[in-house]
Amino acid sequence: MTDLLEKAREWVGKAATAPTTARDPVNVPMIRRWCEAMGDTNPIYVDDAAARAAGHPGIVAPPAMLEVWTMAPYRPGGRTAEDSMAVLNLFDDAGYTGVVATNTGQSYDRYLVPGDVVTASVTVDSVSEEKRTGLGIGHFVTLVFEFTDAEDKRVGRMTFRVLKFKPNLSQPEADKGKSDDASGGYSHPRPAITHDNAFFWEGINNRKLLFQSTDGRLRHPPSPMDPVSGSLEFDIVESCGRGTIHSFVVMHQPRLPDFDYPLPVVLVELEEGVRIIANLIDADAEDVSIGQAVEVDFIEVEPDYLLPAFRLN
Amino acid sequence: MTSSLSNVAAIAGIGATEFSKNSGRSEMRLAVEAITAALDDAGIDREEVDGLSTFTMDNNPEIEVFRNIGGRELKFFSRIHYGGGGACAPVMQAAMAIATGVANVVVCYRAMNERSQYRFGTGHTPPPVPTAESSHYGYYVPFGLVSPASWVAMGAQRYMYESGATSEDFGRVSVASRKHAANNPAAWFYEQPITLDDHQQSKWIVEPLHLLDCCQESDGAVAIVVTSTDYARKLRQPPAIIRAAAQGAADDQQMMTSYYRKEIARLPEMELVARQLFDQAGLRPDDIRTATLYDHFTPYVLTQLESFGFTPRNQAKDFVREGNLEIGGRLPVNTNGGQLGEAYIHGMNGISEAVRQVRGTSVNQVPGDGPVLVTAGTGVPTSGLILDGA
Repeated sequence: MTDLLEKAREWVGKAATAPTTARDPVNVPMIRRWCEAMGDTNPIYVDDAAARAAGHPGIVAPPAMLEVWTMAPYRPGGRTAEDSMAVLNLFDDAGYTGVVATNTGQSYDRYLVPGDVVTASVTVDSVSEEKRTGLGIGHFVTLVFEFTDAEDKRVGRMTFRVLKFKPNLSQPEADKGKSDDASGGYSHPRPAITHDNAFFWEGINNRKLLFQSTDGRLRHPPSPMDPVSGSLEFDIVESCGRGTIHSFVVMHQPRLPDFDYPLPVVLVELEEGVRIIANLIDADAEDVSIGQAVEVDFIEVEPDYLLPAFRLN
Repeated sequence: MTSSLSNVAAIAGIGATEFSKNSGRSEMRLAVEAITAALDDAGIDREEVDGLSTFTMDNNPEIEVFRNIGGRELKFFSRIHYGGGGACAPVMQAAMAIATGVANVVVCYRAMNERSQYRFGTGHTPPPVPTAESSHYGYYVPFGLVSPASWVAMGAQRYMYESGATSEDFGRVSVASRKHAANNPAAWFYEQPITLDDHQQSKWIVEPLHLLDCCQESDGAVAIVVTSTDYARKLRQPPAIIRAAAQGAADDQQMMTSYYRKEIARLPEMELVARQLFDQAGLRPDDIRTATLYDHFTPYVLTQLESFGFTPRNQAKDFVREGNLEIGGRLPVNTNGGQLGEAYIHGMNGISEAVRQVRGTSVNQVPGDGPVLVTAGTGVPTSGLILDGA
């Protein structure tokens, strides 16, 4: 491990900054402006009667405003809250001067209501190995924000991931385009959803492995016609998620930004007889072999985007 | 049994640019340079060309190529899909066009700056548009399987498990190719042979594939002129007669990811090509003098040996260990150095080498005058040719 990564990882589990308390309590004027800007027309955020009719004690704040209350003041050209985090400054000092927010996710414990005073406490959750990305080499730093009310009770939580990178100025134009393709612009590659396969990917997002079945024959990848009978009719059945490794590979190159390498990828023959590709998780690449029993799990790679993955059983 | 396609058409000319990592000029220019060289080789005027055939992956439209070479009336143009699986199929298209009288002189071409302008090996994450072809990638790319090497390695791993072939057996393919390339001034790896230890020490790309199991990435172009055998006999070069030409896709065929068929370590599409080629030509495996077997990744040279019946199932490893792929062996393979040693021009340079073996002009000439086999990409819908002298 490099000195930089070692130093950065000393921050994991520690507070990234001192807690920030909102300058203003939750209030209707800010809610109204935010809803107008976002195009959110839900009346419970601005109309007391509508909020009561919906079972609330009165107007509530949109949950997605969670971070708004404690955001740093707007100062054109000034530093943002992330800039002043010591863990991120380590990267700046080492030449990783670029920063880009890659993804964020929020969860909510309760609705905020006018008068609530929110405090945000930020912890460093993880620092990735060095990754090669379209923008340049860099490290992903994941921060966890905990939001509490005046009674110090948690009201919500947010993960926020940034990439600190060395701007890749010397890369030829042609290569640049290609590596942007390869790294997918920091969002995890997504499957194409068609009329034929939507059920499969919806199933995955609902933590189910679903397959088409005609006369008891399962098939994958999804396709409109059963090749034996020629039927366009099919049932959808849920796999038990258990199977054995039929074959596998261990990826070393090329690398996508949000995977850990060496990366085992397995072809699993499920108990129902159908095969599927997914990553093998919580296992060292050298422990993988053909014939091993595995069981499916589902990994949230981005909010609202799940993928199946297997564990050794 | 022979077919009406057999022996009707012949390859009368071959041409190529230099093979490099950075051509410094456009793919279109590479295409017309190679085509001009192939026509010169044949002794055919540019104006005589009335057919063109290439890959769907080629970036040089037939009409622009035709405009460049001063063509007048283009009567036949067709493209073949599925990447390197196409390789021999444009020649098959040309032979069919000639056999049916649709065209008289068809030029097949492939020109690419695959190393300097884009690279197949750096990962493919296509935009998720709702088409069948795009949705295919959704079952692999989100899990980090983003390159041809990653897709085909799955079958290679299973092949090792079933056959007992080892990484060193794959390495022997690479060593033989580099040995052949070392004699070939046109090869990128001219005078650069490797040892089995070099292969074993080369970095992992996707286990079980080392770097030296993977073909090169190259800039360059190859063109092949096809005309009637009768006309070819009157031209500058001895004709390489197309005794057989075939395409194949088989059960539950996928694009490099045929993971769902009963056996994933076999190549039923290549077995289909083999059966058709031998039937058309009236030949058996033992009749073949030398072969260009598509070598994007070394394990698939072993499985092709089995597809064509050069060795029984799961025994290619023994054939390879005995040195049979090298000059002096039972079936010298990829005598130009293959795509591992010469260049990766999507298999088209392998067709040129087969023509040279028929003419007797290869830098690694295999004695005798028997027929020569050429194959196209594996793991994909594929194609093949058997070429022979007059």
